[in-house]
Amino acid sequence: MTRTIALAGNPNSGKSTLFNRLTGSKQSVGNWPGVTLERKVGRLRQHPDVAIVDLPGVYSLSAYTLEERVARDYLLDAKPDCIINIVDGTNLERNLFLTTQLLELGIPVVIAVNMMDLVRHQGLTLDTSLLSRNLGVPVVEISASHGSGIDHLTDAVLRGHTVPALLPYTPEHEAALAAIMQVVGTSNRWIATQVFERDEFVNPRLPQIARVQEQLESIITRREDALDDDAISIMAAERYTQVTNVLPGSFTSTSARSLTLSDHIDQIVTNRWLALPIFAVVMFAVYYIAVTTVGTYVTDYTNDVIFGNFVPNHVAVWLSDIGTAEWLNRLVVEGIIGGVGAVLGFVPQLMLLFIFLAILEDSGYMARVAFIMDRAFRHFGLSGKSFIPMLIGTGCSVPGIMASRTIENERDRKLTAMTTSFIPCGAKLAVIALISGAIFQGAWWVAPSAYFVGMAAVILSGIILKKSVLFSGDPAPFVMELPPYHAPRPSVVLRSMWDRSWAFIRRAGTIILLATMTIWFLANVGWQHGPRFVDDLDNSFLAAVSGSIAWIFAPLGWGTWQSTAATLSGLVAKESVVGTFGVLYGVADVSDDGAEVWGQLAASFTVLAAYSFLLFNLLCAPCFAAIGAIRREMGNGRWTAFAVAYQTVFAWTISFIFYQVGIAIRDRAVDGWTILAVVALAGIVWLLVKKPARPRRAAVVASIGSEATA
Amino acid sequence: MTTLRDVAIGEACQIHRVIGDGELKRRIVAMGLTRGTTVRVTNLAPLGDPLELQVRGYQLSVRKDDAARIEVTL
Repeated sequence: MTRTIALAGNPNSGKSTLFNRLTGSKQSVGNWPGVTLERKVGRLRQHPDVAIVDLPGVYSLSAYTLEERVARDYLLDAKPDCIINIVDGTNLERNLFLTTQLLELGIPVVIAVNMMDLVRHQGLTLDTSLLSRNLGVPVVEISASHGSGIDHLTDAVLRGHTVPALLPYTPEHEAALAAIMQVVGTSNRWIATQVFERDEFVNPRLPQIARVQEQLESIITRREDALDDDAISIMAAERYTQVTNVLPGSFTSTSARSLTLSDHIDQIVTNRWLALPIFAVVMFAVYYIAVTTVGTYVTDYTNDVIFGNFVPNHVAVWLSDIGTAEWLNRLVVEGIIGGVGAVLGFVPQLMLLFIFLAILEDSGYMARVAFIMDRAFRHFGLSGKSFIPMLIGTGCSVPGIMASRTIENERDRKLTAMTTSFIPCGAKLAVIALISGAIFQGAWWVAPSAYFVGMAAVILSGIILKKSVLFSGDPAPFVMELPPYHAPRPSVVLRSMWDRSWAFIRRAGTIILLATMTIWFLANVGWQHGPRFVDDLDNSFLAAVSGSIAWIFAPLGWGTWQSTAATLSGLVAKESVVGTFGVLYGVADVSDDGAEVWGQLAASFTVLAAYSFLLFNLLCAPCFAAIGAIRREMGNGRWTAFAVAYQTVFAWTISFIFYQVGIAIRDRAVDGWTILAVVALAGIVWLLVKKPARPRRAAVVASIGSEATA
Repeated sequence: MTTLRDVAIGEACQIHRVIGDGELKRRIVAMGLTRGTTVRVTNLAPLGDPLELQVRGYQLSVRKDDAARIEVTL
């Protein structure tokens, strides 16, 4: 018979490292029902009959964050056979707060005290047998990162255990909880503690609670009046009293504690005057290596050499050697290999970036990034950690969007993933150079204005989206732990890098591959007495499609099929915009900034239309690879579609306002379009200043609840 | 009543009461800021917000606006 073990613990307790130690490579990754939270399940090493479920890292089982709801619903509904509760030995007091809740669920518990190597390094020894006696459950010392103590933990879990005895509260509190249990008719003391806290999320589990509401209120308020405090605080204080009672004296915060190395590091790294310079140096180093130098080198090598020359050339030769038809040869070499290359070309750079992110996270610096940058980002609905995705995004949106993975809060993460691609990436520089050179004689202000537009788009979108129904609700509580610093561990860093890279290849890969092949097909196939390959882009399906939708861009000043085709090909890669103009204007080989077509471009664009074209291409849906990365962070297709639609509509509106208002000012004349543009501008201003939408929390909870019971 | 926001950097205080309810309140008390707990304000972020606290042997960061909802005694 299969046994199920749940792995529970605080964030930063080393839970995922322990999960990897326990399960090895036998893991499956999915999502928790109804939410975009990652759900990892694995099999215990050498014991394939034991399943291990990795619960989200939580500080408490109160149902006020998504993570807490998922963890508590799983524990209450799925009733695992045992809980492994991993606690951070360097921070026992706070970690055991969750333990006091887990011990009340009626499920056997084994406690794994992690980071024992660091505890011993601080000169402390933990009397685990005393702690085990006090808590009434097995306690095992481990170091997840070194892999020590894992066998003992496995033995303790396999031995099988009885449900732990309940720890005592103060007599008055015990009496109140006993009265609640009797009134609502439950034998589960944890449920009673939640009723005491007036946690409405347990109500669906207690059918008769509505009838006894008054009795419950009188029990709770009597306690509140006696202590002149509220129920939530009283309950937490009772639990912390349990913790200090079971902890050996040397592990409570009241014991004398000398400054650790971590404290000394923190005094420097978050120092009022040194923090920003240090931050700038760290960010520069990450950017310089992951984006400018090594990152560009490996990406260019994979794109230009491996997937640009080596693989296609060899496959092409091989295909014609075995007598493959030319159209099939082109389909395989240009369509399929081109598409696969579009996915894999990013992987080396992503791996490099993920190594840096893992080092920042594992060392503890990432939490300080949020601490240092919080004030700058919070006003437009982003996290202090959004700084890193935006910074990386100036190189390439794909790793930029993937870097938003480090943001725990789902709302902040989605907003960051949606807005990162507004920041001009390296490929968009080619479009900027093209417009700047062709229309503005390379004026100095064009490129900086593009970055300014990108930042403004991030800020405006943050404010607008934060107020929408989708992102509504109380701002996420920024009550954030600053974990102690330690040297990053290679095993943890490499594992994290691999998991994230693989997730990109697997989940983002399919959409990029399919979309890239579709555009290739449209650009190379046309209708000439039936579908056939065309050499001239003018005769392709892409030209036909562009011609039929070009009217959409007429109000932006550039409703020609050529500009539309160039924009569409930008979905494959933004630098393709330049290449497509080259093909359209009959230049076989254009340089990076498209200097060969400047003359023809200048003839077909007015100044206002050209800048409008640039605005749209900077802000609209990013390339397919970046859309794939958004898909990966959003977790589902509907959110991805919303993100891409938002970006495109936003880009269209901004370009429209710019072009029409520009025309009106230039001609000193107002027409119907001008009025529409002013209305659109007023609409944006209204979105910026309107009251936030009412939260839809009740609906969200209801849907999660129904899926949990389904 | 003095709030945690008013406590000078480097000073310690005791938690008296956390005002409000909902997610933020539950998170604050779950992190160990319960009545009688000693808290030291150890640092201020370079942009002037948030605060860094030492509580129950670990470091915690809270925004000033939230600290203003935590009543303390010096």
